[in-house]
Amino acid sequence: QPLNYAKAAEYSTEEELTPYKAVTSYNNFYEFGTGKEDPARYAGGMSVDPWSVIVEGECEKTGTYALEDLLSPRQYQERIYRLRCVEAWSMVIPWVGVPLADVIARLKPRSKAKYVYFETLHDPEQMRGQRSLFSVIDWPYREGLRMDEAMNELAFLAIGLYGKTLPNQNGAPIRLVVPWKYGFKSIKSIVRIRFVEERPKTSWEMIAPEEYGFFANVNPEVDHPRWSQKRERRLPSGLLSPNWIKTVKFNGYGEQVAGLYKGMDLARHY
Amino acid sequence: MASAANNRFPYAWAKVVTFILCLMPLGVIVWGLGVGDLGPDPGQAITEALGLATFQLLLITLLITPLRKVTGWAGWIRFRRMLGLYAFFYGVLHVLAFLQFILGWTDLWATFTKRPYIIAGAMAFVLMVPLALTSTKRMMKKLGRGWKPLHRLIYCSAVLAWVHFLWQARSDITEMVVYGVLLAGLLGLRAYWFGVSSLVPLKKV
Repeated sequence: QPLNYAKAAEYSTEEELTPYKAVTSYNNFYEFGTGKEDPARYAGGMSVDPWSVIVEGECEKTGTYALEDLLSPRQYQERIYRLRCVEAWSMVIPWVGVPLADVIARLKPRSKAKYVYFETLHDPEQMRGQRSLFSVIDWPYREGLRMDEAMNELAFLAIGLYGKTLPNQNGAPIRLVVPWKYGFKSIKSIVRIRFVEERPKTSWEMIAPEEYGFFANVNPEVDHPRWSQKRERRLPSGLLSPNWIKTVKFNGYGEQVAGLYKGMDLARHY
Repeated sequence: MASAANNRFPYAWAKVVTFILCLMPLGVIVWGLGVGDLGPDPGQAITEALGLATFQLLLITLLITPLRKVTGWAGWIRFRRMLGLYAFFYGVLHVLAFLQFILGWTDLWATFTKRPYIIAGAMAFVLMVPLALTSTKRMMKKLGRGWKPLHRLIYCSAVLAWVHFLWQARSDITEMVVYGVLLAGLLGLRAYWFGVSSLVPLKKV
């Protein structure tokens, strides 16, 4: 469905958009299978309306929220962000949603809340990837941000792309978008938000801690153990000349986020 | 001596059919290119499809000996060279596609020295080269009793290809497990029938 929103030009890149077809047919959403085309093929049956999100932990306004209530007042923005996948490809996507900081502020976290933890829907009946015998993911999918990261102006909760509500394969009805981090941090189809004191264990960290860290900031100086992160293929990539571009630290959002990591050794805290 | 039944078998036709069947993975790719449904990263899709075809043909090649043993029909052997050469053919295309579509011929040194799954794949491919080169009748004659031990390198190649495949898994390894079971079965049958030493390459028995 079409959404009403205002364009947030100050948060948007002017790079060429990745076509809608590519954004919605080339996805990593392992709940529906590990093939890039699996989510588009199998996510359609997921029921996303009504949708509720449980808010719990160290905040004043705990409870179960209908999606509309969590997002009200519904003043949606469009932000065109770069998305850099840890697999060394990238896209440019016009998201529609609200700043994560606004939602968090209304939930009134207590001073003990040092991290925000998120969970994706766990429903093997609707999500065939969760029924797989040889999946090493311990469902549900989990992600987290440090509180100052979550409150950063760039952190975004998306409910749509290209002016319309999110297709299921892109994480409907509500997903995180943290453009300075690798794509797997941007958790999809969120059903739980928990404010916690201790740093939560995240899914990829649980699976392969030497490959995927909690911070997962885009960083060309720190290679993935199995491949280089110095460059990325901007999709759609041509056949005869792969569309390689140089990867930029913090995915080019250093101006807004580098301060969050002052004094941290990003080679150790990858 | 070939039996009368074997003489009647239409090998020429069967070989033509096999030849065409082996071209199908390539046909699917070319078709996909034609109708443009390879997705936003066609290079990656093509490279993966060619790699999978290589591995599948290696497994089919390895199936010939068990088929012979189980069915008692010696005619299977006449198809082995074509299957093995097709595996090599797809291996060559896979390597070229990787270099052209994925790497763009850059970053070669780091890729082939630092990335374990690439190293495993490259070794699997390199081991296929001498097998393809010595697949002719002339080379078979020339190598004589050395031919068989040399061609047992295909076991190493197949295992390395599987490792190369497994190493790229990020979370769900169902497909890799299925292929692993098939490969283990094909090698295990040989060990069971002919002894474990029959799996050791380069050693004359």
